Amino acid sequence: MSADNDYAVELKGVSFKRGSRSIFNNVDIRIPRGKVTGIMGPSGCGKTTLLRLMGAQLRPSAGQVLVNGQDLPTLSRSALFDARKHMGVLFQSGALFTDLDVFENVAFPLRVHTDLPDDMIRDIVLMKLQAVGLRGAVELMPDELSGGMKRRVALARAIAMDPQILMYDEPFVGQDPIAMGVLVRLIRLLNDALGITSIVVSHDLAETASIADYIYVVGDGQVLGQGTPQELMAADNPRIRQFMKGDPDGPVPFHFPAPDYRADLLGTR
Amino acid sequence: MRKKSLLERIRLFGRAAIDMVAVLGRSGLFLLHALVGRRGIGGGFQLLVKQLYSVGVMSLLIIVVSGMFIGMVLALQGFSILTKYGSEQAVGQMVALTLLRELGPVVTALLFAGRAGSALTAEIGNMKSTEQLSSLEMIGVDPLKYIAAPRLWAGFISLPILAIIFSVVGIWGGSWVAIDWLGVYDGSFWANMQNSVSFTDDVVNGVIKSIVFAFVVTWIAVFQGYDCEPTSEGISRATTKTVVYASLAILGLDFILTALMFGDF
Repeated sequence: MSADNDYAVELKGVSFKRGSRSIFNNVDIRIPRGKVTGIMGPSGCGKTTLLRLMGAQLRPSAGQVLVNGQDLPTLSRSALFDARKHMGVLFQSGALFTDLDVFENVAFPLRVHTDLPDDMIRDIVLMKLQAVGLRGAVELMPDELSGGMKRRVALARAIAMDPQILMYDEPFVGQDPIAMGVLVRLIRLLNDALGITSIVVSHDLAETASIADYIYVVGDGQVLGQGTPQELMAADNPRIRQFMKGDPDGPVPFHFPAPDYRADLLGTR
Repeated sequence: MRKKSLLERIRLFGRAAIDMVAVLGRSGLFLLHALVGRRGIGGGFQLLVKQLYSVGVMSLLIIVVSGMFIGMVLALQGFSILTKYGSEQAVGQMVALTLLRELGPVVTALLFAGRAGSALTAEIGNMKSTEQLSSLEMIGVDPLKYIAAPRLWAGFISLPILAIIFSVVGIWGGSWVAIDWLGVYDGSFWANMQNSVSFTDDVVNGVIKSIVFAFVVTWIAVFQGYDCEPTSEGISRATTKTVVYASLAILGLDFILTALMFGDF
């Protein structure tokens, strides 16, 4: 393991197929250590799939997925679960354990991976919940929380073990403006205070551009462009320009591939 | 819909066969990873106790009530048939053998598939659709060890015990109908039963049957939940599959086991 490596996560020539449909074709992505990296692209372009490839929940059909220098898909089942202890994922739905209350949800990784005494676990859990502003909700059950609160509890759980790499799956979807602002600051704060490598998968342009140090734009199973937010805003590539400016017309079609509209309506197909 | 050509049908048939082999392989690997190898985390015993409660104890009521009624019905039917030959004393023997050899293991397993099996499938399917299984994986906890294994063991342990309880309650219900209601002499009721029921042939074989059923039903239920499509439609399909596959497996295996145990050929 080469922890002094400049890149926390590296995808080298990764291809991924679902059935006979190719989702990614020979993708190279390098996530710099200690930075916030955004992965952006239109809905349905496979951003979440990319996250699952990085966590080795999906196996690529070709290529390497190096996390801290380890090629995850080649590891044994138990070695893979050990490697994941250094990674945290914030799922889109939060994915809290519905049979456990807020406290036990955050305490869960500590209970299963450490032998810490109960009072120390309590202190850590309260600190993590304080960081996301939900120390007062410690006794609530997940179904008593709003969607935004669930995601903040899930974030507290994801940082419970002080991971080296934290992945966010669409963290800004369905958040009200206040929660959104808090979350944006929180991601940046956690990244800088804890020295985490953050990967933010999102299609929310303004928010991602405001915190990311580096952005990859993916689409059509490829990396369309990469650079700092300023570089991408000034990019010449029409596909990137269309995405960064949110234009309906451009090389990326709004419509899913379909036969001729007129012929379809008249039934002459 | 376009009419399918012969070639297309052959292709679809082949596809279905390949899919079936793939499912069998996946379910085998699933069982292997869940039950064999490094135990993932501490607290396994507590997880098992929790599942024994929700899978076993929560099924007690339906098992006890069904066992009692089936025992009572057996006594009524047996009495009406046997009394024609003047051998109503044999009703105890008939009730006990029917329950211990057949109805105890089979009906318990069928009820268990409907009560506990469907609940297991739906629960695990829901965990999958709400990304709880994914999030366990990313926390570094193997869901096969943490979610699947305790549920599998709870099913393996509780179904045979439930089947024994079913038979005991059934015999008690039968004795109540035969002795207290229909007036069969209680001495001959119990003596006939004791003379004809063999521990090794009847009781042990019944327990072996229920152990086999427990293995198959719980395996099907937990695997269907784990392997389901994570949508509401997928979960409902998986739950249906659990009950249908488990019931058919129980009845098919019962025939084979009965032939092996009691068919003298």
